[in-house]
Amino acid sequence: MTTLAITGGRVVDPANGLDGPADVFIADGRIVAVGPAAPDGFRPERTLDAGGRVVAPGLVDLAARLREPGEEHKATIASECAAAAAGGITTLCMPPDTHPVVDTAAVVELIHQRAEAAGAARVVILGALTVGLEGTQLAEMAELKRAGCVGVSNARRPVHDTLVLRRALEYAASHDLTVFIQPEDPHLAQEGCVHEGVVATRLGLPGIPASAETVAVAQILMLLEQVPARVHFCRLSAARSVNLLARAQYDGMPVTADVAAHQLHLTEMDIGFFDNNCHLRPPLRTRRDLEGLRAGLVRGTVTAICSDHQPHDSDAKLAPFCETEPGISALETLLPLALRLAGDDEPLDLSAVIARLTCEPARVLGLAAGTLSPGAAADVCIFDPHAHWTVEPDRLVSRGRNTPFAGWELEGRVTHTLVGGRVVFQREDPP
Amino acid sequence: MRERDIQLDDQGRLRHFLTIEGLSREILTEILDYAENFTTVGHQPVKKVPLLRGRTIINLFFEVSTRTRTTFELAAKRLSADVLNINVSASSTAKGESLLDMLRNLEAMHCDMFVVRHASPGAAHFIARHVAPHVSVINGGDGSHAHPTQAMLDMFTIRRHKGDFTRLSVAIVGDIMHSRVARSQIHALNILGVPDVRVVGPETLIPVEAPQLGVHVYHDLAAGLDGVDVVIMLRLQRERMSRALLPSAHEYFQCYGLTPEKLACARPDAIVMHPGPINRGVEMDSAVADGPQSVILEQVTHGIAVRMAIMAMTLGRAGGEA
Repeated sequence: MTTLAITGGRVVDPANGLDGPADVFIADGRIVAVGPAAPDGFRPERTLDAGGRVVAPGLVDLAARLREPGEEHKATIASECAAAAAGGITTLCMPPDTHPVVDTAAVVELIHQRAEAAGAARVVILGALTVGLEGTQLAEMAELKRAGCVGVSNARRPVHDTLVLRRALEYAASHDLTVFIQPEDPHLAQEGCVHEGVVATRLGLPGIPASAETVAVAQILMLLEQVPARVHFCRLSAARSVNLLARAQYDGMPVTADVAAHQLHLTEMDIGFFDNNCHLRPPLRTRRDLEGLRAGLVRGTVTAICSDHQPHDSDAKLAPFCETEPGISALETLLPLALRLAGDDEPLDLSAVIARLTCEPARVLGLAAGTLSPGAAADVCIFDPHAHWTVEPDRLVSRGRNTPFAGWELEGRVTHTLVGGRVVFQREDPP
Repeated sequence: MRERDIQLDDQGRLRHFLTIEGLSREILTEILDYAENFTTVGHQPVKKVPLLRGRTIINLFFEVSTRTRTTFELAAKRLSADVLNINVSASSTAKGESLLDMLRNLEAMHCDMFVVRHASPGAAHFIARHVAPHVSVINGGDGSHAHPTQAMLDMFTIRRHKGDFTRLSVAIVGDIMHSRVARSQIHALNILGVPDVRVVGPETLIPVEAPQLGVHVYHDLAAGLDGVDVVIMLRLQRERMSRALLPSAHEYFQCYGLTPEKLACARPDAIVMHPGPINRGVEMDSAVADGPQSVILEQVTHGIAVRMAIMAMTLGRAGGEA
């Protein structure tokens, strides 16, 4: 029996309403107890001093592209799981838009094998909603579920045909699968690459109106009045979408939503004169949208903050703005960006922020993760909430160096990450 | 990290010319004043000044253009520079060579300036960020973003006819949404102090939040032209009919085509401009295009002088010839 005690830290475990000094006791990869003293007979073989630091459940990230299989020139499952560990993330959820697409059990098995070999993080997978994500034929969702998929999604690809969308929702519901939808009306979005607003107008860039998102959200909500499916909206970007969702939740619809951490800190203004690292999908929108997303997070309309990690090779960003690939490398900035929402002048406290990074996303995925409950897997994130560090793209663990936060001074840094009681990351140069 | 304006060097002098946005009234006025010196070069028996002798300028055009490329070429030659024209069709970039690779190859041939036209907004900024420190970049039009030399030759033409910018009303008519010319003109007019800049067109061709650029929006041509000193007509691309932006060229001309009757709404001494090439009978009646108030051909002539001024200012810095 391998045993470990994490001592002297401030334990924040929102799932159990815990926030205070305590020790965490781990045996054989599972949490044994959290409290002031070790349970009777517990002899730690190893003690980890967490003095001055926060001990939280490992983070659960609802969206991270690992680029494998298919785009190993950008990143691999092993490289990005290591980056996740450096960011305190112990469970990450992959959308199905790999090459090949996750529409067969074989691809699910391949990813699981590679992730287990890497070992630094748990990888869960969303299966395809339609074959090849082409939006025409339903994927074998029951088979994908048997292979271990935790939900289904068409990722960023649209389902043009509303009837196919309705059937897909019905079919997923009959197999008790949550459908993850990134809402965007393809016709309104056209070839847009930034928010349709003042920056698009200034720079002559084709715009994606906020209505591209709200129309898609409204369409799903109307379908859900007839179809008893469970839907999770991914990466909301418009304040108006949050309002629509709040109304639907009030009416009792089983819908949830997440937001990417960068959407809570950046707006279209950050594009400046064509900063390719601010080319995102959904696009950065206005200050009002940012405030609306934050308000949704405070009220609980939006329950989870994710990284929306999309690592790129440098060539993918070396072109005129619209010709670059969208997305940022975000695993290692997720926690400190979320922590900026907690504080004396902010509407959330530390525990509420941690909840939106741990037990809440775990609930969306239907996983028993994101908690330090006795018996749970010992997935733990230990961080120094007051450590200041400057984001230097070349020093990220991720292969992707594409971050709009280069040069930002952030507060809060992971010092240790444990998966199943095993230390998978330990910062060599504690700040 | 916010970068400083890459158009200016350490001493605040023009290094690249990518967009009008962010430049000072002093710099724009300096360009206009400097261009006055070059207007007579074309009338001399030897149409050359030796300001850029020994310099190499590459016209790198990723979009077809006759007029703009020709005036850039003439401007460079009249400054005694060596000029190379490279027309890159879409098919040859499809060979897989990236824009950056192509640039590095050309740079290895020791050129001093790129004049770039590209279909993608921000292309000129992208290239300017990646060229060697001694190389200047002039934006010859990047997608719907900017066409700053065109805007400056338009300002030059307006100043020659109207003198003081601070008492003018200027109307820009047509497809504002897709027009790099309009965007650059709007910035230039605002920076030079024009108090009343109007854009006229149907809502489908007016970009969102247009007033934030410093313009008044009109959907009715007669109202938009009422009492203006300058009328700038924009070219309407045929493909606008296919994306539900307009019903037909016929209806567009009915509503927004400039006829002598519509022009009568403007001041009697108003001038009519167009960046060319004109679609006669779509945005403008021939009677107006060839009429006494039209200064369209003057714009072309001024284009050479203004481009000479901008090239000489950006390239002439280090040597002090300028």
